[in-house]
Amino acid sequence: MGVPGSPQPIPSGERVKARVLEAEDMSRALRRIAHEILEHNKGIADVILIGIHTRGVPLAERLGSEIEEIEGQRPKVGAIDVSFYRDDIGIRRPKEISPTELPFDVSGKTVVLVDDVLFTGRTIRAAIDALVDFGRPDTIQLAVLMDRGHREIPIRADYVGKNIPTSANEQVRVHLAEIDGSDEVVILEGQA
Amino acid sequence: MIKHLLSIDQLVPDQIDLIMRTADSLREVGTRTIKKVPALRGRTVCNLFFEPSTRTRISFELAAKRLSADVVTFTADAKTSVSKGESFRDTAQTLQAMGVDAIVIRHSSSGAPVLLSKWVDASVINAGDGLHEHPTQALLDLYSIRERFGSFEGLRVGIVGDVVHSRVARSNVKALAKMGAIVTLVGPPTLMPPAVETWGVEVTTDLDEVLPKLDVAYLLRVQTERMNEKLFPTAREYAALWGLDRRRVAMMKPEGLIMHPGPMNRGVEIASNVADLERSIITNQVTNGISVRSALLYLMLGDTAVSDEDSEEDIDG
Repeated sequence: MGVPGSPQPIPSGERVKARVLEAEDMSRALRRIAHEILEHNKGIADVILIGIHTRGVPLAERLGSEIEEIEGQRPKVGAIDVSFYRDDIGIRRPKEISPTELPFDVSGKTVVLVDDVLFTGRTIRAAIDALVDFGRPDTIQLAVLMDRGHREIPIRADYVGKNIPTSANEQVRVHLAEIDGSDEVVILEGQA
Repeated sequence: MIKHLLSIDQLVPDQIDLIMRTADSLREVGTRTIKKVPALRGRTVCNLFFEPSTRTRISFELAAKRLSADVVTFTADAKTSVSKGESFRDTAQTLQAMGVDAIVIRHSSSGAPVLLSKWVDASVINAGDGLHEHPTQALLDLYSIRERFGSFEGLRVGIVGDVVHSRVARSNVKALAKMGAIVTLVGPPTLMPPAVETWGVEVTTDLDEVLPKLDVAYLLRVQTERMNEKLFPTAREYAALWGLDRRRVAMMKPEGLIMHPGPMNRGVEIASNVADLERSIITNQVTNGISVRSALLYLMLGDTAVSDEDSEEDIDG
């Protein structure tokens, strides 16, 4: 599966407030989440991982590989783009759309949605709406690398890499080797 | 994205690429069991057709519905206010008062969409105006070529036949040139527009000579309904000199494509047994038209109330 999306350079200088995850931290967090997914679902029969574009997609692929290493079997991994389901169409400039690839039936399955940052919850709301257009999963779970708080709708994650307190105007940037060339998570100061 | 689409001139290659990539995603939506996404729920698209059209009107209708927009159709036939003498401007103001978000207009007068765009707040999309342009046809043609060849750089496209009456040809020449393709116009001198030499493309009357070099043979419909005088002797003679038949297909490159904007005059510009060949992608053009028009509606209407916030910022949640 292709990994679209262009790298987002981290601005140098005063805008970086903190580096909250290094490459090793990230891979440990993902390995733990993989174990939690297995434990919670008692294996991977009927488990499907679906990454939310852009950075949820490589994360879902990585979780798939971690699970494969532990279980000897790779779960199905898909990708979903939520652009057409967002609640801010016409309010914000649309982001570039990436292909949705769900070459399997999700009905009756346990779907784990994967994203990089959980913030307002609106992307996840859109992802659930998009997903149910493809079928009726038995359960939908949510795995995120970072939970930064500030929810605007009642959504929570089942698996979290790291919780970080932030103020609403700060930005959490997740960088992944597949897209950005390296693995790290930084908090950027909000723009005045 | 632009607010109105009146001419291909308004688009730069990057925007055309974005439309193509967005159309890829909307094509995927068209393959789902539920061929619909909620992106433009609550928006209204009005098809305003002053000239007969089947495929373009239905294509826009399906394109809007794929995005969950509401669609109303206004055709200037015997039952509408136009037949009661309503002026174009009054029709525009009526639609404005009804609060539609986009107007897709086809009109026999070149420039009608430009006028309309000055009178209404809605986005205006030109679905064919007189002998001027048909930009969405050119975009779906680009998309269909890209589907087979991947890119346009250096591709040789021959546009064959009734160029003078063809808004499709005008939009396609501009669009293809923008994307790096090399266009040759082929046909009888009586069907070439005045000052065609200023278009910056090759012009020839000899189809047999150019066919072996072409990656795409784009056949135009002979528009007898727009001809006030005889511009060629008979349909048979036209077919013999400029019609694409089996003998001529054999002269094409093996991967060369055959395209036609429809509706076809089988036996005139295209032989019936050629229209149904595998390399003739005429029905793909129709299918792709929905995805491309959906992409345009999404990009134009989804980008109206834009904040200056950089969308790349952290909007994920």
